Amino acid sequence: MKLTLRIWRQKGPDVAGDLETHELPDVSPDMSFLEMLDVLNEQLQNEGKEPVAFDHDCREGICGMCSLVIDGVPHGPMKATTTCQLHMRTFHDGDTITIEPFRAKAFPVIKDLCIDRGAFDRISASGGFVSVNTGGAPDANAVPIGKEDADAAMDAAACIGCGACVAACPNASAMLYVSAKVGHLAHLPQGQPERGRRARSMVETMDAEGFGNCRNYYECEAVCPKEISHHFIGGMNRDFLKANLCGGE
Amino acid sequence: MKLESAIPEGPVEGKWDKHRFEMKLVNPANKRKFRVLVVGSGLAGGSAAATLAELGYEVLCFCFQDSARRAHSIAAQGGINAAKNYQNDGDSVYRLFYDTVKGGDFRSREANVYRLAQVSANIIDQCVAQGVPFAREYGGQLANRSFGGAQVSRTFYARGQTGQQLLLGCYAGLSRQVGLGNVKMFPRTELLDVVVVDGLARGIVTRDLVSGKVESFAGDAVVLATGGYSNVFYLSTNAKGCNVTAAWRAHKRGAGFANPCYTQIHPTCIPQSGDHQSKLTLMSESLRNDGRVWVPKEPGDTRKPRDIPEDQRDYYLERKYPSFGNLAPRDIASRSAKEACDAGLGVGPGGRGVFLDFRDAIQRLGKNAIEQRYGNLFEMYQRITDDDPYEVPMRIYPAPHYSMGGLWVDYNLMSTVPGLHVIGEANFSDHGANRLGASALMQGLADGYFILPYTIGHYFATHKPGPVDTDHAEFKRVEKEVEERMQRFVSIGGKRTPDSFHRELGRLMWNNVGMARTKESLEEALREIPRIRDEFWSDVRVVGGRSEMNNALEQAGRVADFLEFAETMALDALTRDESCGGHFREEHQSEEGEAVRNDADFCHAAVWEYTGEGNAPMEHREPLDFPNVPLATRSYK
Ligand SMILES: Cc1cc2nc3c(=O)[nH]c(=O)nc-3n(C[C@H](O)[C@H](O)[C@H](O)COP(=O)(O)OP(=O)(O)OC[C@H]3O[C@@H](n4cnc5c(N)ncnc54)[C@H](O)[C@@H]3O)c2cc1C
Ligand code: FES
Repeated sequence: MKLTLRIWRQKGPDVAGDLETHELPDVSPDMSFLEMLDVLNEQLQNEGKEPVAFDHDCREGICGMCSLVIDGVPHGPMKATTTCQLHMRTFHDGDTITIEPFRAKAFPVIKDLCIDRGAFDRISASGGFVSVNTGGAPDANAVPIGKEDADAAMDAAACIGCGACVAACPNASAMLYVSAKVGHLAHLPQGQPERGRRARSMVETMDAEGFGNCRNYYECEAVCPKEISHHFIGGMNRDFLKANLCGGE
Repeated sequence: MKLESAIPEGPVEGKWDKHRFEMKLVNPANKRKFRVLVVGSGLAGGSAAATLAELGYEVLCFCFQDSARRAHSIAAQGGINAAKNYQNDGDSVYRLFYDTVKGGDFRSREANVYRLAQVSANIIDQCVAQGVPFAREYGGQLANRSFGGAQVSRTFYARGQTGQQLLLGCYAGLSRQVGLGNVKMFPRTELLDVVVVDGLARGIVTRDLVSGKVESFAGDAVVLATGGYSNVFYLSTNAKGCNVTAAWRAHKRGAGFANPCYTQIHPTCIPQSGDHQSKLTLMSESLRNDGRVWVPKEPGDTRKPRDIPEDQRDYYLERKYPSFGNLAPRDIASRSAKEACDAGLGVGPGGRGVFLDFRDAIQRLGKNAIEQRYGNLFEMYQRITDDDPYEVPMRIYPAPHYSMGGLWVDYNLMSTVPGLHVIGEANFSDHGANRLGASALMQGLADGYFILPYTIGHYFATHKPGPVDTDHAEFKRVEKEVEERMQRFVSIGGKRTPDSFHRELGRLMWNNVGMARTKESLEEALREIPRIRDEFWSDVRVVGGRSEMNNALEQAGRVADFLEFAETMALDALTRDESCGGHFREEHQSEEGEAVRNDADFCHAAVWEYTGEGNAPMEHREPLDFPNVPLATRSYK
C-alpha cells in the first residue's frame, strides 16, 4: 500500500520542531508499524538525509520503550497494543498518518520522536519497592497468598512504564502509572509495612516532577497497552489519604 | 593467556560452602571505598548492582535503554527454574544439577552448575519477598509448570511475563538503592571500551547516547552484564539493541571468549513474514506443555489444518521421543522442525513452519483454562499473524534466541582480565552447548544476587587495586581511540546503511553458521565475513554527526563489532569438529540424525585469545571433567 507520513522532526530539546511529510510507495500490510519506519529511515539515509529518531527495543510490546502518538492517539488506533505490535494491516492504501512523540511537560523531547521519561525512574526510586535486602528472605511458600490477590497484584504489575497514560491525559497526569505500582504492592502481604509511606512519597515525587492532576477523564486507561484499570487510582488515593491522615506507615 | 578455573577442591556438594568460608572478606566499613562499575541492568546487572550497593559498595550502573527497567530480560516469558520440590515430584538440587549438565550436552562446568542449582531456591524466596507476583494456586501456594528437557515441574512463572516481573523486582531493588544514593544510574549510555591499567580492569569508556559525549569512568572492578550476541544473525528473538560490543571490546583488551559457536535456536517462534522483517517473536516454550507439534504426512498438503485427519498428521516429536514428546530439549525440537521442512513437509508461506496445535488441550481442559495459561501469548500471536490460535493451529519455526558462549570466567565469575567480572548471558559457564528452558533467568539472578557479591569481595581483598583516575594516560589513550573510531564512521561517506550490512551478515550466519553447519559452509563463511567487513569499512554511510543523538552511528558501531566477532564464531564452529547440543555439524550425526559428540577430542571449553588486528585468534582449552554426571549420550527417547 501507499502511505503519506507526517512526522514530527525536532533537532533537540531547545529548538522548535515541525511536521515533515514523506511518501512511502510500497508498504506491506504484514509489516509492523516500526518496520514501516525502518523502511522510511532506510530511504532517508539512502538520500543522505538523517533518519527519524524513535525509541524502540524489544518490539514485542513488553519493554515499554516505543512511544509514538499515531493520528493523535498514544500507541495508535488498536486497543491494548503498543506501537511496536501495531501492524500496517490496520491502515488502508492511500492513508495519511501523523506521527508525533508522547507529549507532556514532564517528558521533554530529546530528538524527533524520543522523549526523556527519567521522571518515571525518579518516582520509582522514591518508593516503588519493598525494602528488603538480598538474602535472608523466608521460604517463598511461608506466606500463602490467595490466587485472587496474586492475580490482582499481577494485573497492576503488568504496567510496562511506557508513559502512554501521561501522553493521553489532558492534564498529563501520571496517576495510572503510579497507582499501578502502588496497587501491585498493596495487594501483597509483602507490600503492607510500607504501604502508606509508599503511596505518599510516590505521589509527592510525581507532583514535584510536574505531572498534572487526575480529573477522572480515564483517557489513560483507554490507551494503556496493558489495560491497567483506573480502579487502581482509587485504591492509591485511599492509601494516600489514609497515610496523610494517620501520618504513620 | 592462562585459564585457571579456581574450582575449589572437594566433593561437588560442598564446594560453594567451602569456598564461601575460604574467601577473604572486605571489612564493612571499607566497602564504600570500592567503586564497582556494573554495565547492564538486566536480571544479572540489576541484581548485582542492587546487592553490591546493599553491601555498601559504591556502584555505578550503565545501560543503553532509557531506563534500567527496559533491559532485554524484560521480554522473557515462560519462567524460572528452581529446585524447590514444591510439587513433591522428586525434584532436588541434585536433579536440577543433573538435568542442566545433561541438557548442556556435557560441555558445561560441573562445579558452576551445581552451585547454580544450590542457590536456585534462594532466588524464588528473594523474589517473593520483593513482591514478584508469581502464579499461585487457590490454596495460596506457588504454582509450577514443566519446561523442556525436564520431567519434573520446577518452573515458576508470572503469567507469560516472568522476565518482566523478575526484572521489575530487580529494578525496584535497584531503584531503592538509587534513591538512597548508593547507586548512580547512567541510562542511554553505551560502553564502547574497557580500560586495563597494570593488568587490572580499571574502567570503561562510554558514549552518552543523547549528547554523543565520550567519557571515561574509573573504578576498582568492572562487571559486564551485557547479555547475549544472538543478533549476530540479525533476525533473532532478542531485542533490537542487543549486541556483542561490550563483550567484544573486553575480548580485544584481553578477555578470553569461550565457545562462541554455542548458540541456541529456539523451536517456537513466529515464522518470518517477509523481507521487511526486523526481528522474530518468540512464542514461549511453555506452550509445548499443551500444544502438540505436527506436520502433514504428505508433502504439499494444502488442506486447511483442521481438514487433515489424524492419521495423516505426523506428530513427529511424540513419535521420535516418546518419553519427552513435545517437551524434548530445544536443540532437538529445532532440528526436527528443520528436518521436516527440508523434507518438504513445512506449512505456511515458503514452507518454513510447523503446526503447534492446541485443539486437544482445549477439548480436554476447556478454552478458559488455556486462556488462563497462555492468554497473552495467544493474543500476541494473533496480533502479529492475524490468525486465531484458538481456532487454527499456530505456525512456528526455529529462530536464534540465546548464546551459551560468552566471555570465559573462572569459578569467581572473573574473566582472564583480573577485575573484569562477567555475569548473566554474557558469560559462558553454566549451560554448556545447550541451555534448558527457564534456566537463563535463574542463572542471571544467581550470578547477580548470590554469587558475584561474594566473589568480588575476595577480589578486592586479595588484589587490593590502588587508586587510579581517568586522567591516567591509559584512559586518555583509549578515549582517543574511541573518538577516532566514531569519527571514522561518520567520515566514510559510502552508499550503504549500517542496517543493510547487518542484514547481509545475518543471512550469511543463518545459512552457514546456523542450525546445521558443515565444514564447507563454515569455510565459506570465513571467506565471506572479511569481504563484508571490508565492504562495510569502505562503503558504509552514517548520516549525521557524532556529537548528538545518532541511531545510525550507534548501529554502525554494533555492526562493526558483529563483523569481527562473527569470524571468531565461525572459526570456533569449524574447529569444534563434533556435534554437541546447539552446535550441530552435519558430518557428525547418528543414523537417526542425532548429534554425535566426540568426547575424546572435544570435552573442553574452547577459549579464544585476541592476538591483534589481522591475526588469527589463538585457541586455549579448559578441559572439562564430569566426575558426578558420567558422560553419556543424551537420550530423550
Ligand atoms: C523473547 C525471550 C524470551 C525468553 N524467555 C526466557 C524464559 O522464559 N526463561 C529463561 O530462563 N530465559 C528466557 N530468555 C533468556 C533470558 O531472558 C536472557 O538470557 C536473560 O534475561 C539475559 O539477562 P542478562 O541480565 O544477562 O542480559 P540482558 O537482560 O540482555 O541485559 C543486558 C543489559 O546490558 C546493557 N548493555 C548491553 N550492551 C551494552 C553496552 N554496550 N553498553 C551499555 N550497556 C549495555 C543493556 O542495556 C541491558 O541493560 C528469553 C529470552 C528471550 C529473547
Ligand atoms: S519496543 Fe518494546 S514495547 Fe514497543
